[in-house]
This record gives sequence, C-alpha cells and structure tokens, in this order.
Amino acid sequence: MTDQMVDAPPAAVPAELTPGHSRWHGLRPWLPLVALAVAAIVPYSTLVLPGIFEGPLNSPGTLQLLAVCLVFGGLAAGYDLLFGRTGMLSFGHALYFAAGVYGTDILVTRAGLPLWQAGLFAVVGATTLAALLGAVALRTVGIAFAMVTLAFAQVGAILVARNFGGWTGGEEGLPLDVSGLPPALVGVTNTVNLYWLALAYLALVVFVVHRVSGSPTGRVLAGLRDDERRIGVLGLDPYRFKLVAFTLSGGLASAGGVVYCLIVGGASPHVTSSELTLSLLVMVVLGGPGTRWGPVLGGVLYMYLDHRLTAFGASDAVDALPAVLSAPLSQPLFVLGTVFILAVYFFPGGLASLTTRLAPLRKALRPPR
Amino acid sequence: MGTVILLTLTGLGLAALYFLVASGLSLVFGLADVLNFAHGLFLGVGAYATWWAAQNLPGAGPDGLGFVLAVLFGVAAGTLVAVLVELVLIRPLYSRTIEQVLVTVGLSLAGVALLQATWGADARPFPRPEWTRQVTSVLGASVPNGGLLLIVAAVAVLGALLAFLRWTRYGLVIRAGVENREMVTALGIDVRKAFTLVFAIGGAAAALAGALGGVYFGTVSPGQGGSLLIFAFIVVVIGGMGSVVGSAYAAVVVGLLQQFVNYYGVSGLGDICVVGLLAVVLLLRPQGLAGKVAHA
Amino acid sequence: MSEPVLSVENLSVRIAGLHILQGVSFTVAPTGVTVLLGRNGVGKTTTLRAIVGLTPRNGEVRGTIRMGAQSLLARPTHRLVRGGLGYVPEDRCVFAGLTVAENLRLAERRGSTPAYDKVYALFPELDRRGRQRAGSLSGGQQQMLAIGRVLLNDNRLLLVDEPTKGLAPKVVTEVAEVLQRVAESVPVLLVEQNLAVVRRLADDAVVLAAGQVAWTGDAKELLLETGLTKSLLGVGSGGGHETAPTAARKDGS
Repeated sequence: MTDQMVDAPPAAVPAELTPGHSRWHGLRPWLPLVALAVAAIVPYSTLVLPGIFEGPLNSPGTLQLLAVCLVFGGLAAGYDLLFGRTGMLSFGHALYFAAGVYGTDILVTRAGLPLWQAGLFAVVGATTLAALLGAVALRTVGIAFAMVTLAFAQVGAILVARNFGGWTGGEEGLPLDVSGLPPALVGVTNTVNLYWLALAYLALVVFVVHRVSGSPTGRVLAGLRDDERRIGVLGLDPYRFKLVAFTLSGGLASAGGVVYCLIVGGASPHVTSSELTLSLLVMVVLGGPGTRWGPVLGGVLYMYLDHRLTAFGASDAVDALPAVLSAPLSQPLFVLGTVFILAVYFFPGGLASLTTRLAPLRKALRPPR
Repeated sequence: MGTVILLTLTGLGLAALYFLVASGLSLVFGLADVLNFAHGLFLGVGAYATWWAAQNLPGAGPDGLGFVLAVLFGVAAGTLVAVLVELVLIRPLYSRTIEQVLVTVGLSLAGVALLQATWGADARPFPRPEWTRQVTSVLGASVPNGGLLLIVAAVAVLGALLAFLRWTRYGLVIRAGVENREMVTALGIDVRKAFTLVFAIGGAAAALAGALGGVYFGTVSPGQGGSLLIFAFIVVVIGGMGSVVGSAYAAVVVGLLQQFVNYYGVSGLGDICVVGLLAVVLLLRPQGLAGKVAHA
Repeated sequence: MSEPVLSVENLSVRIAGLHILQGVSFTVAPTGVTVLLGRNGVGKTTTLRAIVGLTPRNGEVRGTIRMGAQSLLARPTHRLVRGGLGYVPEDRCVFAGLTVAENLRLAERRGSTPAYDKVYALFPELDRRGRQRAGSLSGGQQQMLAIGRVLLNDNRLLLVDEPTKGLAPKVVTEVAEVLQRVAESVPVLLVEQNLAVVRRLADDAVVLAAGQVAWTGDAKELLLETGLTKSLLGVGSGGGHETAPTAARKDGS
C-alpha cells in the first residue's frame, strides 16, 4: 500500500495540476512547500471572494474560519493514522481532542497556569490517557474495538456534561480566561497569529504522519491494515505497534485541542461528543483514507462546508425552494451525511482518488501533438 | 425500602428501554456483522411517527385504542425504514463490514438532521394516555406507570423473540447464522433474507422503544436515539453479540447499576460505572457474557 | 471415459495479494471418489472453497469451473448448493449451539422431501441423539452430522474436506466406510491426508504442489510408486524437502 501513498497527488493545488502534466513533474515534490507558503501569506491578501467567504481574506472572521478548517485538517490527518494507515476503527478520538481543549482551558482558567505549561500538561496528560485506554481497548479488535473506544469517549462526555467539581462549566462550556495569555494570541486583531498557529499545527501533523508512515513502523502499520496475521507470522507483536499508533494519534489530537481552544476562546461540550469522532471519520473517508493529502483536504472542506452550509441554508435561494427541499438543505449534517453515503458507494478512494480517476478523461481531452 | 423498590423499578424501566434497542442491534450485529449506527434513527422514526399519528392519523389519538393504533403506526414506520435501509443501503455492501459501518454513520447523521429539519431541534411534548402520567403504588413506592409499561413491553418482546428464535424456521436460520453465516449458505440457504428480517425485527423493537420512551419521558426530540444508542452498544458488548438473552441480562445489570449509583453516588457516576463494567467484562471475557451464540 | 461431473480449468485464486492457486486444471469423474492430495498449505481447501463459491472477499478467482454444461463461478453459494453441490467443510462446522435435530432441520429445503430414512440408516446415532446439542458431540459424531445433513438432499457431487482430521483411528475407519457407501450413489471430490483412507476410497487422484497440479491419474498407481508419493506428498522418512517432482505427469487420463 505504500505505493498508493507515493501516487497520491498533492491535493493542495489541484487546479494547476490539470494542464501540462509533465511540466509539473519536477516541481511535484516542492508543491507542499509552495502550498504552505501560499497558505502562510493568505493573511496579507485583501482579496474578496464573494460567495466563498463573507469578508476579505484577511478579515478576522475569515481567518478564524480558515484556522478552524486547518485544525480539523490536521485532526483528520492524525485520525487517518489510525483508520486509513493502520485499519483501526476508533470511535473515541474526540476524547483526546477534548482532553487537549478542556485540559488547556481548565489549567489556564481554573488553575491560572501560563499557557505553555497548560498546553504541555494537557498534551502529555492526553497522550498518557491515550496510552492507558489504548492498552485496554486494543485487547479487542474490529467492531468490538470501535464500541469500546466509543464507550470510553462517552465517559469523557459525561464528565464534561455533569460538571464534576464545577471545573468544566457543564452544558454552558468554559470560556478561556485570556488575562494570563500572551498578548499576541488575544483579541480580534491578533486572529492572524492564531491562523498561523493552526497552519503550523497542520504542517506538524502532516510531517509527523508522513515520517511515521515512511518509516519501518509505518510499513508494519500498513501490514496490520492489510492482513494482521501476516505481521504476527513475521514475529512482530501487532498489539505494540497498534498501541504506538493509537497513542501518537491521540497525542496529535490533543495538540489540536490546545490550538482549537485558543482559536475559539474556550471549550464547549460538543468537542467531547461522539458526533465529533463520526465527523472525523467522514472527513477522512471523503478525503481519501491512507493518502497524504486526502484527509487534510477532507477535514478542511468538511469544516468549511459545515460552516458555510448553515449560511447557505439560510440564504434566499434555499428559502425560495419548496419546504420539502429547503428544510433538509438548511441542515448541514443532512447534506454532509448524504454526500458521505454517496461517497462510500461511488468514490471509495475519496477526493484523493479523483485525480487518478480523471486521468483517462484528461488524456482523452488533451489535444494530440 | 420504598426508595430501593422505586430505584429498582425505574432501573428496570431503563433496562427495558436498553433491551428494546439492544436486542435488535445485537441480532443485526451477530448475524450480519453490521454495527448499526443508524439504529438510533429507527428509534427516532418510531417516536416521531407515533407522535405524528396521534395527532393526524384518523382513528388514532393520545388515549385508549387510538394510542395503541398510533404506536402500531410508529412501529410499522420504524420497521419499514429499517427494511428499506437494509435493502437499499446495506445489502449492496454485503460482507464489506467497514463500508457498512460508514454508511450507517452517514445515515445516522443525515437522518437525525432530517428529523430536525422537519420537526425542529427542540423537544416536543409527547401525546400519551392519561394513566401513563400517574403512578402505581408498588410495596409502598410510587412508580410511574410509563416505566411499568416499558417493563411489560420489554418482557413481552423478549418472550416473543425467544419463541420466534426457538420455534420458527427463520429463527433457526438466524441462530445458525449468528454462529456461522458461511455454513448456512453452504446448506443452500439464502442468508440475506434473514438479514432483512433481523433489520425488520430490530427496527420494530427500536421504534417501539421510541414510542414508549416518548411516553416515559413525556417528550420527543431528534437526538434521543443517539444518546440511548451508546448505552445500547455497551449492553450489546456486555451481553455478547448476537445473544438476545445476553442482551436482556446485560440491560438489567446496566439499568440497575446506573440508577442506583446515580442516586446514591454523584449524578453521572452511574454512567461511568457502566463503562467501567464494560472494560472489566472485556478484559475478563472478550466475547461478552453469553458469547456470540444466540441461545433460545 | 464418460463426461466428467466437474471440470476445473485454469483456476487461479489470489487471497490478500498472495497467489494460492496458479492455473489449476482437473476433472472429477461422474462416479467414485476423486481425491485431492498435496502437502499442507498447498491450496486443497482453497480449491474446494473456490468451487462452492466461498472464497473470502479479499480473494480473487479466475478461470472456469463447470458442473456439466453449467458454469459455477460468480454464482452465490446457496444457489450452487441447491443445484446439487454438497459441501462438507473442514473441521465439520456443525452448529454447536443447535441440537442435532435442528442441525438437520436446517438443511431441509422447500419443495423436496428430506431423506431422513437414508441418513438415519447410515447414522443411527443421529436419530438417537436428536435432542443433544451438536457442540457436545464427539468429533466423529460431529463428522457424521456434517455428512448427514448434506445427504438429506439429492446431490450431483459431494465436496468433502478432510473428514478424518483429528479423529481416533477407529472412528477414521467408520468415516471411511460411510464415505465408501455414499460414493456408490454420488461422485465425491475428497481432500484427505490419511493415505490409508485414500488407498481405500480413491479411484482418481489429483496432486497439488505449490499452487499447481503436479500429478493426475489413477490413485492406485500413485500409491504404488513410493518414490512418487514421497516426493509429492512428503510422506515417508525423507519428507519435508521442497524438491520439484521430476516424474510429474501433467495430464493423466
């Protein structure tokens, strides 16, 4: 399966890829860096994209939306380390993300720790939690594993919702106390710094996942996904490799939680919900499991659509439709769920497979030389 | 003493609700290997169809026979949706376990959103017969009738399911299929017909849970199925996948544990104890209490 | 020689990317027992499962398999079985939680009368133990049940996978006797490791080695040539070498 990763096209700038395939060949390895550079200078652009973003690119609203999208791109890539690259179907990934969000928030707001300490403790704590719970959950496989991780994550949701000791703020959530934070991360005018932070997080996850999957460990993980028995035959212990992947993936998710907490300025109970894990799964499958850019693209697009479809549902165009159509269309989850089901049937490889699927078409359309 | 009886009976009411959801999940999983995230949707459909019928269906109403008719309509709607889901969405992905799970995940997201789009996100008051709002005195405890109704219904469903599994041809096929599906086909039996059947059974039981849960809670909301579903999953794993009797035992254990610990300990602690129980059971008996065998 | 009841041509099976069978061709005579031989892991069970349509989903089957004029590939298992292909799997696979009577009842089919008298005549034990759970039967009894439930219906061909595996010597003889009687009325394709049983039952032999047919022909002839048996099946003192059979006759008659 490693060959599939190499084949996976860098999806960041797919539009430019279409014409003149060969010219781009030498540039291909550099495309991720180019995309990163482009993404990094976005905040300097005052470009207005009507219909796509509400304000100009560098407006705080747009930057915040983009930052959330980037964080979820990273989360999806981290989750893919489990699902797409190791073949583990965890329904409890939200727990580690939520541990990052609430851990940071509680340590800063309730304990008054400086941000860097709070973030560090949150990540270390969540990673340890992932290792412990993974050690138990991985005694099961397949569907039972999915159910157990789901149940563990449910405990997190209950703890947060019941507001034990008044730490989590319960249903209301817990706004982040910004008084002790570095000034550069506070205030609407500094949204751009949060955007860069989110971008850095995404780059980190992509880098880590890429390095891991290229390493000998990554090849073992791919082997586990394809046929676990074969790894056992080689004398390697599948349990340990799976635990490593589970822990690493949980740690990456918690780091995303730290960033997310800063971007949205607090924690709310929905980050603990099983629906968040389900949406991560949807992102990965829509993007293309086991590919380098598919999950990132899936995560970014999903969050963007989730946000924009709400606005779209309230728009005049949808309101003008008969109620039978307009009511479901105003529900982002209805649209995304339906798209997801269709994708499972018709695009099993996700968005990342589209370029390869379209290759024959491109070839046919290219004028003969 | 009165408190203990009250807690026991309300715990059993909760257990009844879990059992109605879990028995279908367990059979579907045991036979067809489908982890059905859309099962909560069947519950939602049952609840909303009953709610709708009580107001709009001629002859149906919130009381007496009219209410029975409304519940029957709800159960029929849930069954129909479950059968359609199996035939249209699950069957084409036969034996592709992961894709089937993904489709049910998509369905649960889209389906709940559809309920929400149609009837709003807020809880609606559920039409229910007057007597279900009252309490019955059992050994000095005042027990809500809605809870007792749930218990009676769950026991009846359990009895009917066991009789069906024990004495009918399809019951035999389902029991055998839970053990070894491949071998059932190797005896010349089209096991996929049995898949549709277990989806129908599961859909009906979940829809009944939706309708009676509406009576019990007094309201109906789109998200109701989802929160019940997680505990139903736990019940299925603890009871052993594919075992109806195991689901019944596990539902009782989970319901009582939850009710008692939530009352005597901190609220919410009971839910956590249930997950702890799941972890313990998995470590000691990975196949659950009853294993992957559908005993009749 | 008359028309074969089953002909397998150029059968290739790949499971999870591994080539298990590579171009296997053989035929099964319309009478008697054809035995499929070969060392462990050579693909005997895979061959039987491919014939009855039970290749796992991550597997890929190529080639042709015909019963008479009918192509078997791409037809669902339950249709093949109803069409007269009886399958007795490796490890018996009786339903342990069901009673003996229920195991048999499961094999009944609408539109045809189950031949209980025939089955109970062959296996009186099954009649007596009708109410017992199949899981509590001995290995030999389970094997009888696995064969019995297939014989409830008429078959054009029986596929029997290692029926004597793990059984006590006395029980092995009983199973062999039963199969001998069964084979008088219906052709059998048998996978068997026990050479004594092969000697007693087999008319024709097909030997697989490394996913290919290494030898086909008269079973008695194969067993007479000890050197050949040794190199093909690894039986005897010097077994376990991966030597290619030099005297392999690719197409027997």
